[in-house]
This record gives sequence, C-alpha cells and structure tokens, in this order.
Amino acid sequence: MMPWLQHLPVLPILVPLLTSALMLLTRDSQRRLRVGLGTAAILLQILIALMLIRATQGIGAPAWPDGIGVYRLGNWPAPFGIVLVADRLSALMLGLTAVLGLCAWIYATARWDRAGSHFHPLFQLLLMGLNGAFLAGDLFNLFVFFEILLTASYGLMLHGSGKRRVGAALHYIGVNLIASFLLLIAIALIYGLTGTLNLADLSKQALTLAGADRQLFDSAAAILGVAFLIKAAAWPLNFWLPNTYTEAAAPVAALFTIMTKVGIYALLRIGSLLLPAGAPAAFGGAWMFPAGIATLAFGTLGMLASTQPRRIAAYAVITSSGTLFAALGMPGVTVTGPALYYLLSSVLGLGAFFLLLELTERSQSFGADMLAITQEAFEGDEPEAASLSEQVVGTPLPATMAFLGLSFFACSLLIVGLPPLSGFVAKFSLLSAALQTAEQGAPTFNVWLLVTAMLTSGVACLMALGRCGVRLFWVPEQLHVPTLRINEMAPILILLAACALLTVQAGPVMDYLEDTAHYLDQPARYIQAVLAPAFPGSQP
Amino acid sequence: MEWILALGIGVLAGSGIWLLLRPRTFQFIMGLTLMTYAVNLFIFAMGRLRLDAPPVIDPHWADPARYADPLPQALVLTAIVIGFATTALFLVVLLASRGMSDTDHVDGEEHRP
Repeated sequence: MMPWLQHLPVLPILVPLLTSALMLLTRDSQRRLRVGLGTAAILLQILIALMLIRATQGIGAPAWPDGIGVYRLGNWPAPFGIVLVADRLSALMLGLTAVLGLCAWIYATARWDRAGSHFHPLFQLLLMGLNGAFLAGDLFNLFVFFEILLTASYGLMLHGSGKRRVGAALHYIGVNLIASFLLLIAIALIYGLTGTLNLADLSKQALTLAGADRQLFDSAAAILGVAFLIKAAAWPLNFWLPNTYTEAAAPVAALFTIMTKVGIYALLRIGSLLLPAGAPAAFGGAWMFPAGIATLAFGTLGMLASTQPRRIAAYAVITSSGTLFAALGMPGVTVTGPALYYLLSSVLGLGAFFLLLELTERSQSFGADMLAITQEAFEGDEPEAASLSEQVVGTPLPATMAFLGLSFFACSLLIVGLPPLSGFVAKFSLLSAALQTAEQGAPTFNVWLLVTAMLTSGVACLMALGRCGVRLFWVPEQLHVPTLRINEMAPILILLAACALLTVQAGPVMDYLEDTAHYLDQPARYIQAVLAPAFPGSQP
Repeated sequence: MEWILALGIGVLAGSGIWLLLRPRTFQFIMGLTLMTYAVNLFIFAMGRLRLDAPPVIDPHWADPARYADPLPQALVLTAIVIGFATTALFLVVLLASRGMSDTDHVDGEEHRP
C-alpha cells in the first residue's frame, strides 16, 4: 500500500481548503486560473470519493477490512484526540457532494462567478465544510464544520446582491445563527453529562447514564435534534427555506440542495450511534415520523400554491426532506436503504432542476411572471385565446427549446417519481419496503399513512410541475429562444445522466445502500473501529 | 458562586431572546450578542466550576483533581471566534439591508395595519 493512501480520509477536507487558500493569492481578474484550479480540485475530490467508496467495500488500494477508515489527527487515540471517520455513509455523501459540486461549478463558470467577488474560494470552502461535516467523528467538530459550510453559504447566498436577495439572506443567517446556539447548548450539556464529545465514546457513555442524568441527556439530545431539524428543513422550522432557495443564484441554489441533507445525515448518524443506548425519539423514531409527514404535506401544499417556478423547486426540496424524515422515522432497517437511494436521486434531480429553471426563465419575455399571475385572476376573458393556436401551429421547434423542454420533462419525472428514471425506482422501493415493514409488525396505520402521503404528494407534484411546464413552454405567445452556452447545458446533462446511471445500475447501488443501512443498524463496528488503540498492541 | 453564574446566564439568555423577538435589525443583533455570551458562559460552566485551578497539567503534580477541565475552555475559545466572525458578517448584511431598503425592519419593509 502506498504510504500516502492512509491519509485518504483527510484529503476531502485538505484539497478544497488548500485550493481556496491558493485562490486567495490570485486576483479576481485572473479568473481563468481560478476556474482551472477549482475544476482540478473538484475532479480530484470526485476521485478521492470514488477511492473511499471502494475502500469501504474492501476493494482497491487502501482496503479497510471493516469498511471503516479512522483517521486520527495528530495520532492521538480516539476519545481524547480528534478523529475523522470515513465509512460507507460518509463516503457516499462525499461522492454525492463532489458530483453536485462539479455540476454547479461548471454552470457557475458560464456567467455567475462574475456577478460578485470571491465566488471561487467561497465555493471551495462550502465544499470543504460539507466534506468535513460528513467526516467529523465528534460533536464539536461537526459544529465547527457546520459553521464553515454555513459561513461560506452566507457569502454565496449574498453573491450577486440585490435587495430581495439581501432580505432573504438576512432571514437565512438569523435563523441559522440561532440554530447554531441551540447546537452549542446541546453539545455543552452532553459534554457536561458524559465528559466526552467523541461520537463513538458518547454512544458507550450514554449507556451508563441513569435517572436524572439520563433525562437531562435526553433533553440535550432533543435540543440537538431541533438544531439539526432546522438545518434539514422540517416543518414548522422551515419557513426560511423557500425564500432563501428562491432568491439564491441558480448554481448556489443547486449546491444548497445538499445542505438540507447534511442535517438529515447528522440525524441519521447520531441516531444510529445512540441506538444501543436507546436513541431518544427525535433521532429516527416516534417524533421523526409525524414531523416527516407534516413536512411532506407542507412541501406539497407549497408546491401547489406557488406560481413562480423557482419557488416550486424550493418547496420540492422541503417535500424531499419530508419524505426522508418519514422514511427514516419508520422502525427497523428495511426502509433505510431505499431512503438513501431516494436521497441520492432527489439531490441530483433537484440540483439539475434549479440549474434548468434559470435557463428556462431566460426564454420568458419580460414580465411573464406577472402575466401568469394575472392570467389566474382573470381567467376566462382572454380575447386572443382563439388566435393563439394558429400562431403556434407550424412554429419550428429550435434545438435549444427541445433541450430545455426535454430536460424539464426529465427533471419532473425525477421529482414526481414516475418511470423510467431513478425517481421512480426510489419511490417504488420506498413504498415496497414500507409495506414489507408492515408485514414485520410495524404499526400498520403508519405504513398506510406514509404510502398515502407519498402517493398524494406525487400526484400533487405532478400537477404543480405540469402546470409550471405548460406555462413555461406552451403558453407564452413569444418565446425568446435563449442562447445557451455549452457549460450551461453540460452540467444539467451530467446530472440527468447520473440519474439515468442510478437507474441502470439500481441493483448494485441498492446492494451498497442496503449494506450501509445494515451497517448503520449495528453501530458496534463503528464504535469498535474508532475506539481501537492507535498502535496495534498498545493498551487503550 | 453557582447561582450567580446561573443567574447571569439566565438574565443574558432571557434578554437576548426578548431582543431576538423584536422585528428591528439592531435589536436583533444585540440579542444575538447577548445570546452568544449566555451560550459561551454555559459551555464554560459545563466543565464544572473551579476556583484558582490551572487548566494545564504539570507532570510533577499529575493529579487530575487539582486541575480545571481544559476542554470547555478550548471549546469556548472556538465558539467565541466562530460567533464573533458570524456576528460580524451578519452586521454587514444588516447594513446592506438597511442601505437598500431604507428601513431597519427585518423584512425590509414596514408592516402597517
């Protein structure tokens, strides 16, 4: 084994950090250099993520027999030093981040990176924060990487400026700062009770708590859960999300689709580790399921109520969060694997959708949004409606519009969950897994509630997206054919191709995810790997 | 000692929350600052209160009972740095919002009944 390969788990943090540091040495005017550096860094991150995914399966150069790579920073043994843990779940999330990051990055180089200063370093720092949050093996570092990714996201959210964007960013920053305080309070309480911040050690220490200490620990866990639920956009803590995602620049909004999933990742990870200690209800149990159903309903209603395409996409993010909460709130591991598949598919699909919407908006003539609203209000008295069809018939279909239309169609299929793309595989496997849990003795009412909610929400999504598509492509009298650049079309195609690949390779991918789910259900392996002595043979 | 600290944290947090619920940006940032103090004191208190105990261990007197817990102090330091940076950034956004909307209401517009 090559010696540098043992440092693989730290590279997803170091590469974007060093890249952004290097970028700061260049000027904003040396854009080409920055773009080159950034592209190389993201491609490297994809490579690292692929190697990590292989390593967790026990194939490739650094084969971890247990599928868990523990990296001790400064070589201090685990409960005292800081550890980074690359296991199946983190490797998967790293790969997803890198692919989405690459697409948002390529898209941004077409136009958006010139709308303000320091777009490139901030983008890399956001990637670093995301990667770090997925790798962190202790609570406080999880907080630190959350702050890094949030601070970078504040900068990116404000990118391009404008009154509405600054207003939305103000709310977004305020809510997240308060969520950070909650996180800190919970971390401090947990430290005061258990004397550890290391997640693996925490899982062991939580077992020893009893009586009043245990109650206090559960309250601390509940506060922690609320902080993560704010980030993951659970109802009623998600009022900041639609405005933020609507106002953010398109590539930034596309990258933001994974930020709600960081909250879900944290809930899943901590919930899995607290399983032997009897995880408090907030982490994948009694409370998570109703919160998920409420979020799902809220997102669906929001999609139906929105007229602006980007707002529909923002509510679709909430809907996908709700589906995940509800699925992860189901008892047992049967639903976890399909839920992870849904996570992959929905992040890729929604990322593509946010990028695409900006391009379709370009084809609208000025004030088309206003027209759409007034059309609703004064339906019926449209004198030119009859002549409209004559004008439209026979208009040649330019290739650009065909690309936009087909991509919109594909994104809709992904979000709604209709065949043949991965959205369908995800929803179908979720539903069938949920029905399986009913046979295994899960509360039947919950199962049917989940099935009904998901199917209803699918129909509602189809209505919302169908209406939106009709309004974007068929209703306008004069469609400008926008001029698109290759680096604006390519990322959408890559994301859609990734979804298509997910569909074609559904079998192997699902096997990997099922293994991940079973691994999460047995946290003993994680705990053992992290707390193992740093040097084989020495005493712990 | 304990109740002075508890009272301090309580008053800071209470005032902070009251200010956070105001719809004015300046009061909001003052509330955030007070909340930061409360949270930092709280983290500090979670390492147990010790008077005149050094946090850095001397190898000649390696008896943990003689020392204060150093970890919460390190955590507080990190939290102060992060809180300071994010508050500064938030202040800039407040100023930008104020300049663009000509009002210090958090929504950027006044709600008149």
